[in-house]
Amino acid sequence: MMTTSFHAVLREQVLDAAARGGTLRPHGSGSKDFLAQALAGTPLDMRGVQGVIAYEPSELYITAHAGTRIADIEALLASHQQMLAFEPPHFGASATLGGVLASGLSGPRRVAAGSLRDFVLGVSLMDGQGRVLRFGGQVMKNVAGFDVSRLIAGSFGTLGLVLDVTLKVLPVPQAEQTRVLELDETEALVRLREWGAQPLPLSASAWHDGRLCVRLSGAQVAIDAAARLIGGEAADGCAATGYWQSLREHLQGFFAGDAPLWRVALPPVAPRLPIDGDVLLEWHGMQRWLRSDADADALRHVVSALGGHATLFRGGRALDRELGVFEPLAPEVMAVHRRLKQAFDPSGVFSPGRLYAEL
Amino acid sequence: MSTATQALPESVTDTATLIAELARELPADCLITDTGRLRAYECDGLMLMREMPLVVALPATEAQVIAVLRTCHRLGVPVVPRGAGTGLSGGATPHAQGVVLSTARLNRIVSVDRLAQQAVVQPGVRNLAVSEAAAPHGLYYAPDPSSQIACSIGGNVAENSGGVHCLKYGLTVHNVLRVRLVSMAGEVMEIGSEAPDSPGYDLLALTIGSEGLLGVVTEVTVKLVPKPRVARCVLAAFDDIRRAGQAVADVIAAGIIPAGLEMMDQATTAAVEQFVHAGYPLDATAILLCESDGTAEEVEDEIARVRALLDAAGATEIRVSSDEAERLRFWAGRKAAFPAAGRISPDYYCMDGTIPRKRLAEMLEAMNAMSARYGLRCLNVFHAGDGNLHPLILFDSNVPDELHRAEAFGVEILELSVALGGTITGEHGVGLEKINQMCTQFAPDELDMFHRVKAAFDPAGLMNPGKAVPTLHRCAEMGRMHVHHGELPHPELPRF
Repeated sequence: MMTTSFHAVLREQVLDAAARGGTLRPHGSGSKDFLAQALAGTPLDMRGVQGVIAYEPSELYITAHAGTRIADIEALLASHQQMLAFEPPHFGASATLGGVLASGLSGPRRVAAGSLRDFVLGVSLMDGQGRVLRFGGQVMKNVAGFDVSRLIAGSFGTLGLVLDVTLKVLPVPQAEQTRVLELDETEALVRLREWGAQPLPLSASAWHDGRLCVRLSGAQVAIDAAARLIGGEAADGCAATGYWQSLREHLQGFFAGDAPLWRVALPPVAPRLPIDGDVLLEWHGMQRWLRSDADADALRHVVSALGGHATLFRGGRALDRELGVFEPLAPEVMAVHRRLKQAFDPSGVFSPGRLYAEL
Repeated sequence: MSTATQALPESVTDTATLIAELARELPADCLITDTGRLRAYECDGLMLMREMPLVVALPATEAQVIAVLRTCHRLGVPVVPRGAGTGLSGGATPHAQGVVLSTARLNRIVSVDRLAQQAVVQPGVRNLAVSEAAAPHGLYYAPDPSSQIACSIGGNVAENSGGVHCLKYGLTVHNVLRVRLVSMAGEVMEIGSEAPDSPGYDLLALTIGSEGLLGVVTEVTVKLVPKPRVARCVLAAFDDIRRAGQAVADVIAAGIIPAGLEMMDQATTAAVEQFVHAGYPLDATAILLCESDGTAEEVEDEIARVRALLDAAGATEIRVSSDEAERLRFWAGRKAAFPAAGRISPDYYCMDGTIPRKRLAEMLEAMNAMSARYGLRCLNVFHAGDGNLHPLILFDSNVPDELHRAEAFGVEILELSVALGGTITGEHGVGLEKINQMCTQFAPDELDMFHRVKAAFDPAGLMNPGKAVPTLHRCAEMGRMHVHHGELPHPELPRF
């Protein structure tokens, strides 16, 4: 389908829903339907147009339709030795760029390279009045107007229909190596903080069940020097790539089974969580995956006292999910959220309640 | 520059009442009301625009910030937040019926945490002071705008400031983790968090670069990064601007993200050389400075690769800094471009467009033609790594019409930046200066959304009103219509 005719179809649906008090739920492949709050609204398939609109390796950006498969984008970048440095989790072979943007998730390299929103340069979206709006652009430095493109990252389709997205891309590191060390959780946290405060080429870290994996990326000489300092054993190249890939996609044994999966985000120096359950640390301890039947309120209480926030990522009791999978917002912050939602989507058409019941 | 004055809301309160009400909330030494001392606040770094405020408030605590904002909110008085006043776009130009709220006394470094790699600072802390406080821990704050000895973190948040290292280390938005923001109504919000990916909408991204339109920041948590062990700089001369531009593309296409990548044209090199005596090759059409940082091994490896690429791209001369003194000498001229312009010309006007890097040669050639047409010299310094141009238009305000020609020259540069796929401002902000060009870059519906976003934070419309986002009425009056895909917006409306 032509882009303009697809946009015309979308506009018709938006205006129709707005006029009759209906709701729409933009979606791609559905790979991230399990995230966030319950799905509501008439499904609206955003894959009507797909494909890369512009990619210029030496300008370090790529622009693609929201319906484009993220795997296709990553394959194209890889053929030019470039990558999406925030390593977005796909959670499905057909995951789309739009879904990656809407969920706002980043993978293992986030600790060194930054998060998805750090790489967003521009977005076009259709608002609740059916207007096509473009924010940001294809250049890295651009401070004209409010940074609406980054606002859209992680908004779970509640502010508008994302039509196309421009992301900054980076070169693939010259070399990578993964070191494996046997350590307990507390010792792993201490070492990661100490290494993090030094100019070392760490690009990912993960600890689970007494084993710490640390990925080094960059010039071979720098990796060799860092490897000597960090110690441990070098993991076999292919096995290591598979390890970080399976971690990013939640395909490791830790993520299997029905126990509720919590994502706990913490400030850098937070100690071991005093909560029963199995834990997997990422991002030098700033992201902790927790399989636990702990009471949601009790867990949130502990985490927020440490300056962090907890998300019920997968599974869990229906009642807990209904009360909200995301950390509740302070009333004055929620008030701004409500007014922003009203600004973008005055009739409340898009993905009602997906992020918070109030939005 | 009278043309840029926006239609501003009328204040409903008389000055005596305003001063009396503020005096109940603030100690006497935190209020400036006499004309002599108010004069110091009549402009920011954009000295072409001046306005006297009714009052300047200098709160020393967050509670006082809240009190000032609540008072002004209740009285319907506009507030213009101000950091160090180094901004170049008039973002802190006072409102004639308003209060200037200076964050200068909120100048405490609250904490520096080595292991967390974070510092908590008040908004009035100078940019460079953060790096100085972090230095004993082997850390620093990465964004380094050229005004870093004077500019404040609060101002950096307002403008999303960059610097010469942002290709590798990012802008303010990539290096600030959390702010406390006081709304016009006096409500305090924690935005962002010291933990990653705070829940809800990314209000932090909206706040950073919001040019003081959404609220007043009272505390900022910044990310600190480990200081690289070594930094070295390559200086390359080119006899052709296209070749220099291609060399930049070659370096990046080879998978190298240099710590800094800057270009100066011949006119700039000549102007700065007589000022800093850096030993620049004066016969070069363009000079590239390419910095590499990291461990000694990394830097050696990267410099060798960069050198080979620049050589292959046709550099006529390549020098690599052999020690820190030489590296600083290479940079001295780039950092002295502004004062050098001031030395060779009574006045200069600094522009700030960004273009896709590949359009560089085209842009420079167009600017040469404009320079001839307007009869004004122009120096070009360029953040080549990220496409951010800083043409310095030289003029003499004592010569009739030169200021007017300089402004027209600047407008043409900005409009060409948009036409080439770029933006009217890379890092200086819109403020009052570029408010008309916002009508060129954005369609009316987009500007409408900006107004809606502002209203979500400031329904009363009293926080730095009239800046950064033009009214649709203004765009129509200016006759600057955003033309999208060759179609005029609202073609049904009669024009002119």
